[in-house]
Amino acid sequence: MRSLKDSVLSRGGDWDFELLQRYDKEIGIIAKEFGLDTYPNQIEVIASEQMLDAYASVGLPISYAHWSYGKEFIQNEEAYRRGQRGLAYELVINSDPCIAYLMEDNSMPMQALVIAHACYGHNSFFKGNYLFRQWTSADAIVDYMVFARKYIFECEQRYGEDRVEETLDACHALMDHGVDRFHRPSPLSAEDELQRQHEREEHAWKQYDDIWRTLPHKRDDGANVKKKKRIFPPEPQENLLYFIEKYSPTLEPWQREIVRIVRKLAQYFYPQGLTKVMNEGWATFWHYTLLNSMYDRGLVDDGFMFEILQSHTNVVMQPGFDHPGYSGINPYALGFAMMRDIRRICEEPDDEDREWFPDIVDKDWRDVLDFAMRNYKDESFIAQYLSPKLIREFHLFAIADAHKADHLRVEAIHNEEGYREVRRLLSKQYNRDVLVPDIQIVRYEHMGDRSLVLRYNRLRERPLTDDATEVLKHLSRLWGFKVTMEVFEEGKGVVDKTEVSPA
Amino acid sequence: MSMIIDRRLNDRNKNASNRQRFIRRYKAQLRRSVADIVADRSITDMSRGGEVGIPVKDISEPKFRVGRGGDREMVHPGNKEFTTGDRIAKPPSGGGGGSGSGEGQGEEGQDNFMFTLSKEEFMNLFFDDLELPRLARNVLGDSKQFTYRRAGYTPSGVPANLSVPRSLQNAMARRIALRAPLNRELAELKAGAGSAEDIAALEKRIERIPFLDEYDLRFRHRVKEPKPISRAVMFCLMDVSASMSEQKKDLAKRFFTLLYLFLSRKYEHVELVFIRHTSNAEEVDEHAFFHDPQTGGTVVMSALNLMIEILEDRYSPSQWNIYGAQVSDGDAFGSDPQRSAMRLSKDILPQCRYFAYVEIPDSTSSITPLAAAYSQIRDTAFAMSTVMDRGDVYPVLRELFQKETA
Repeated sequence: MRSLKDSVLSRGGDWDFELLQRYDKEIGIIAKEFGLDTYPNQIEVIASEQMLDAYASVGLPISYAHWSYGKEFIQNEEAYRRGQRGLAYELVINSDPCIAYLMEDNSMPMQALVIAHACYGHNSFFKGNYLFRQWTSADAIVDYMVFARKYIFECEQRYGEDRVEETLDACHALMDHGVDRFHRPSPLSAEDELQRQHEREEHAWKQYDDIWRTLPHKRDDGANVKKKKRIFPPEPQENLLYFIEKYSPTLEPWQREIVRIVRKLAQYFYPQGLTKVMNEGWATFWHYTLLNSMYDRGLVDDGFMFEILQSHTNVVMQPGFDHPGYSGINPYALGFAMMRDIRRICEEPDDEDREWFPDIVDKDWRDVLDFAMRNYKDESFIAQYLSPKLIREFHLFAIADAHKADHLRVEAIHNEEGYREVRRLLSKQYNRDVLVPDIQIVRYEHMGDRSLVLRYNRLRERPLTDDATEVLKHLSRLWGFKVTMEVFEEGKGVVDKTEVSPA
Repeated sequence: MSMIIDRRLNDRNKNASNRQRFIRRYKAQLRRSVADIVADRSITDMSRGGEVGIPVKDISEPKFRVGRGGDREMVHPGNKEFTTGDRIAKPPSGGGGGSGSGEGQGEEGQDNFMFTLSKEEFMNLFFDDLELPRLARNVLGDSKQFTYRRAGYTPSGVPANLSVPRSLQNAMARRIALRAPLNRELAELKAGAGSAEDIAALEKRIERIPFLDEYDLRFRHRVKEPKPISRAVMFCLMDVSASMSEQKKDLAKRFFTLLYLFLSRKYEHVELVFIRHTSNAEEVDEHAFFHDPQTGGTVVMSALNLMIEILEDRYSPSQWNIYGAQVSDGDAFGSDPQRSAMRLSKDILPQCRYFAYVEIPDSTSSITPLAAAYSQIRDTAFAMSTVMDRGDVYPVLRELFQKETA
């Protein structure tokens, strides 16, 4: 059908599988020219109901059964059915091969946008960014979830849905506190997992000997007790789920396994929360760049570009703080603007840029962007690359909200004195501790009443929400004994205490 | 090269079990919502899904989160007039001041998590409410009932349906048919001077004809047919004198609904006739039946008379299946109960397939005049019971269900 003069791949909105293949091929070629390194793609075309399904299982193709996913599903379905919310055009999973879902209702230009965005943008981010490389095992996650689903299903059969649900509820409440932030976890493998789990049970079973029960207990003399009374754990432990899995005095083996599953899941999602701006910015930047080069090469026509640009503009819109539709900073807008800005600084720097970013001006923008993508997370990315020009463009300003003051105070605006402060504060806003409180296990009274002591390291008198007591109840259910949480603030010591005993 | 896969034909209901779990978990709250819907929905309309709500705080999943309060800084876009050092009045809490988690604030105002129950889910909760046993649920739950009718034989089917005589008959026919020309040939060879080799080869060939072959097999064939269409009329009789409170009427409504659901599963077409009575009876529409307050005495007889009149007028027993359901608090005076019981057993019951009387008395301690009179009736088509609570509604209809599902 293609004449020699006319290199346009297709016209109009209709798509078929052959066309998808052709677009994917062209986009892939251009992506390669730009040096994008990706996992192989697995593009799956699905219907809108299936998209709703995919939403509910938190973006994984498979997950274990739990009521909260049902809630999520109902919520999305209702919102969609009433027209309050559209569906995402795509969903992409950090796996190897990288699975991307395309909705069947999308037009051809939208499918191309999605392929460029997800299959080359997000995909290369998943493969390149250090957090994803260290914290997730893209090649194993799908297998692991199959294992998890099966394991939890079997637990339900054996121990009853109610007990499994109770355990899962408790684990989900603590999910944000199931991540090792400071050391790299071991890679996932469903097979090993199964094997290991089996071996542990086997070992316990083999070691069991009823005769030990009959031995008289050794009498402890005073000296002995004194020696043993050390504080445990020696270092505060921030991975609550890990600690529970290893040391809970009451959990049964299958419950420990469930704690472990949720912990692994938490760890898998951990990088996504830290790279929202970068990840979306990167993908948006690349769909914009890739599709524009397609247009430059005459592969797509004007109509195609109009549709793309219209959708693109909606995605990167940033309403101001006083706009009724404002709900915080749009990660797509900020991320896209920063990626573009880095390219601009490399290609056409002005004096301001030379002063602020001496090490990247006049460098090859592809290398600079690639380096940024690989080695930063939102917090550091903003601290490093947010330019005064963007602060002006976004009209960013910082306000201080002190609970004792009766007014908010404008701390800094987009002017010479304010740039650094705005940048510092915005970067801090993406620190995980702002959203997920810093809570650590400081003491396990393993020689005493077996209670657990947690410490909330409070920052600048920011309290926890009322939910906290509920979470503590869940925690004590898993732990089996009393759980205490101290609220600790630098310079003030322990200022508050909450105690919860298991029901 | 990317792999492109069409998944559109895959299972679309991956979350059905998660949804069921959610509903199971919040059954108590949902039952309350369903009860509200039942109260203001028409009987004929009952077997639909419905929108229900659960308080948002009940379904939220707790997490450790940093709340409002303390000191913090926030960066926002879109500054137009502010400059460093400006002071801004604090917005009322919950307003757009915005913490780090800007999203989700808009939803705080909405205090109910609303969603739509499917027809099945709704009916299940409704039945739960009435403590309906599983068997009865199945009768009601099936939207269409089918019967299987035999329809000859078919060459394919499951082993359980194998018809041995038919298959062997076929096998025999095939063997005869295949053998005949060979036998003839054999006879010719034997008569003429066929070589021994040829004869042996031919005999072998005859032997090789299988005793039973796959295409001999015949299976009993059954076809699914919807049950024959028929029609029924359901008379709802209710005492609406002042002593019937709203709560009693609500119970009555559940009872009528259950009977209606049962009938509408069984019959293609069900008509409802509402007769209310105080000291005299009148036919009304459903809304008036359940909601119009009336005052006056109680003459049960008047309702029965009206029912007979309508029967003779519009519903000939030869063309309609007739069901009756009467609800009363049991108050009746003078000779009315006795005469009503007579009237019922003589003139109505012979024409009815089933007549149920439900009494909702103020207390269970004493027998009411009407119950005393009705309890004399001996007829298999008649059932009566006292209902104090929702759970009591079903037992009244139990006999009916048992009879029909047996």
